[in-house]
Amino acid sequence: MSIAVEATQEIPGILIELLSAFPDLQEQSCADAMPTVWATKSQIKNVLKKAKNLNYPLLYDITAIDERVRDKRVGQPESEFTVVYQLLSFGRNEFLRIKVALFDASLSIASVSDIYPNANWYERECADMFGIVFEGHPTPYPLMIPSTWKGHPLRKEHPARATEMEPFSLPDEIQDEEQEALRFDPHKWGMTRHGDNTDFMFLNLGPNHPSVHGVFRIALQLDGEEIVDAVPDIGYHHRGAEKMAERQAWHSYMPYTDRIDYLGGVMNNLPYCMAVEKLAGIKVNDRIKTIRIMLCEMFRIQSHFLFLGTFAQDVGQMSPIFYIFKDREFLFNIIETITGGRMHPSWFRIGGVAQDLPSGWDIKIREFLKMMPKNLKHYQSMIMKNRILKQRTVGVGVYNTEEAFEWGVTGGGLRATGFNWDIRKAMPYSGYENMDFEVPTATNGDCYDRAAVRFEEVWQSLRIIEQCLKNMPAGSYKADHPLTTPPRKDRTMMDIETLIHHFVHESWGPAIPAGECCTPIEATKGLNSYYIVSDGGTTSYRTRIRTPSFAHLQQIPSISRGMMVADLIAIIASIDFVMADVDR
Amino acid sequence: MNDIGTSAVQSTWLLNVVNVVAILVFVVGSAAFTTWVERRMLGIWQDRYGPNRVGPFGVLQVLADMIKLLWKEDWVPSFADKFVFVVAPTIAMFVVVAAFAVVPVAPGIGVVDLNVGLLFFLAMTSLGVYAVMFGAYASDNKYALLGGLRAAAQMVSYEVFMGLSLMGVVMLTGTFNLREIVHAQEDGWFFIPQFIGMVIFFIAGIAESHRTPFDLPEAEHELTAGFHTEYSGMKFGMFFIGEYVSVLLTAAMMTVLFFGGWLGPTWGFLAYIPPVFWFLLKAGILVLLMILIRGSLPRPRYDQLMAFGWKAMLPLAMVNLLITAVVVLL
Repeated sequence: MSIAVEATQEIPGILIELLSAFPDLQEQSCADAMPTVWATKSQIKNVLKKAKNLNYPLLYDITAIDERVRDKRVGQPESEFTVVYQLLSFGRNEFLRIKVALFDASLSIASVSDIYPNANWYERECADMFGIVFEGHPTPYPLMIPSTWKGHPLRKEHPARATEMEPFSLPDEIQDEEQEALRFDPHKWGMTRHGDNTDFMFLNLGPNHPSVHGVFRIALQLDGEEIVDAVPDIGYHHRGAEKMAERQAWHSYMPYTDRIDYLGGVMNNLPYCMAVEKLAGIKVNDRIKTIRIMLCEMFRIQSHFLFLGTFAQDVGQMSPIFYIFKDREFLFNIIETITGGRMHPSWFRIGGVAQDLPSGWDIKIREFLKMMPKNLKHYQSMIMKNRILKQRTVGVGVYNTEEAFEWGVTGGGLRATGFNWDIRKAMPYSGYENMDFEVPTATNGDCYDRAAVRFEEVWQSLRIIEQCLKNMPAGSYKADHPLTTPPRKDRTMMDIETLIHHFVHESWGPAIPAGECCTPIEATKGLNSYYIVSDGGTTSYRTRIRTPSFAHLQQIPSISRGMMVADLIAIIASIDFVMADVDR
Repeated sequence: MNDIGTSAVQSTWLLNVVNVVAILVFVVGSAAFTTWVERRMLGIWQDRYGPNRVGPFGVLQVLADMIKLLWKEDWVPSFADKFVFVVAPTIAMFVVVAAFAVVPVAPGIGVVDLNVGLLFFLAMTSLGVYAVMFGAYASDNKYALLGGLRAAAQMVSYEVFMGLSLMGVVMLTGTFNLREIVHAQEDGWFFIPQFIGMVIFFIAGIAESHRTPFDLPEAEHELTAGFHTEYSGMKFGMFFIGEYVSVLLTAAMMTVLFFGGWLGPTWGFLAYIPPVFWFLLKAGILVLLMILIRGSLPRPRYDQLMAFGWKAMLPLAMVNLLITAVVVLL
């Protein structure tokens, strides 16, 4: 597979090539200008194979839309359930969206997990949430929802609130049934009890275990302490964030985004804001962009700090996390002085940020930038130069760039394989094009390198924050646009018109023009995006949150077979995920 | 004459009882105290406070923890082998406390003065592995089982060169009697001629008390709590205190074998300080060193630990023995 960067072609280049192979594909134009085509159910496998050959090595996302009550679908083929495939090409530096129309009467489509292995979980999630059957799927079991769940949560007819359901009760016979459904059956997980000369032991690692960073379960098939197979089980942290988006006003959904990657804080607000702004046609000024970048990079540092601390802790090094937390606390105080919040400030707004920077906002940041180099060097030598830690992590959990593509790995995990790609450089957003920073890479793609890359990324984030500090543009902290929410205070309550405008935006929220938009960003852990479908209402019609952690967990079995239990802990520690980001 | 003789016998007997009880209480008490010292010192070294709420400087934290452990439900899992499950922590506690019997704290302070003191110590510590294995096996828990397997392999292999590392000292002194070994150090402590032996013994001692970086049997991040996953209340407390007694034991034996036991400086006013002070000071510093190691090192993988034991420590112990033998012969 060629990963060399080819000359970028004209924008619809991929579409011309695809259409020449499949003339009956139907184009659709989206607000995000992402090349989008409609394929038919029967040709989807061929289209995806073709796309893979046309230098689209990474399956970015598979999701679905329940289109049955959507009004504004001008120029789109008839469909009741639309399956959406999203691919990423590094060579072309472009995404590709392929949609397939399905109808409730025959809700099935061929599985593509033989073309893109990471389709496995995405398809299972779609099956759980919409009831779509993926024919030929290797493990067609529920992934996110319990096997006893009735209905498919993201269908429009499924209730979203407890008040829409019967009062909860759990009679004994139902409880027994539920418990019986949880009984562990290795065959269902694709594992066998007996080997050629040995009986295997099954170890249930999680959902409560000190090293799985949340409620994450891995069923291990062990031969002694050697892992024969590992099957991750997720869904324990599922809160229905995508369903909630269909009930919350555009503006009031903001706090929910903070809690997706709960270490990313406002970094989660950014892709959501940018997508909504693009749909609404809001252009934000340079000051807003720079403030957003600065806050995002602060949260990148926060997240990486926690990662590095727990990484050392999971291989048994007790102290670094305490030193790192001291600096983390310092940074939290800075964030608090600016936003008023700490981990989840929900501070970005549609068309700007919540408030202007307070006076004297730069003092503490300067102090932080001054003390960090020394501290960071200290941590780097304490963790990365430790010989026992090297023994534990060098050459453990190795994958190369091709394998990373196969499993949809992005972010630091991809760069640790030596692949120099960062969406902040490749498709700059929110003013990253004006920033001077490097993209750190490593060579081996093992646990050690994944941590080393993140250390270097902290250095780069410090550089970016320094540039924001030195070149903070003047201007307003909110865009001058009728859909900016909430409207600027000095433009409200001047007369009856502004009063009504303010009242409507605060209560119902703005009505965002119909359309589809997706703006991927380089979040703390990899590529993160909100694929937003608006039907012109005050809430989103469908919000799809593509998170990096989900993809990364799916890769665990392939890199942990043949390893020891202790290696698995090092692998988990080096992946950098949070369960809220996996389950959403 | 007769009267005096009888009373002398009686008073020696009484003295012995006082000695035994005092040492037992002191050892167990200071093991509990060490848990506080460890938490507090780790706190200080890690830029935080550690337990500082209960009593002055938080010293009474130990008491609070003890009360908590005592009041916990004394629970035995329904799937456990009940008898073995209860016996295991008792063994853990018993063997380390029994090993303390031969430690010569100072002239006149000590429980017994065995001619095979050193061998008795080695015998007792090697029994410790049974506690871990029984506990793990009786729990009928997979994490405990993995912890027990690791513990058995680790303790058996580290015992081999723990014994070997001490033979250098035995060669230099020609005795297994610990008091005589201390007296033999009046001209110079053995940590100089037996430096390699000391390092190996120290490492093996940490491994025997399963502390970081040798805490694989209970590696929290891998096996939740390893062999004592199913234990709670005072039965867990016995494993816990047993581990700290074993820390003290390692420190005490290091002091006796390599740092001149109770021997202290003989010049000036320092000569008037009671010998027991020097013993406690040396042992205390060694305990702090072990705490510092816990705060700074990560945990190697199980196979790396075994390789380190058999491929590095064992040959080193042999070479040390050989060199000592040559020196003694010359």
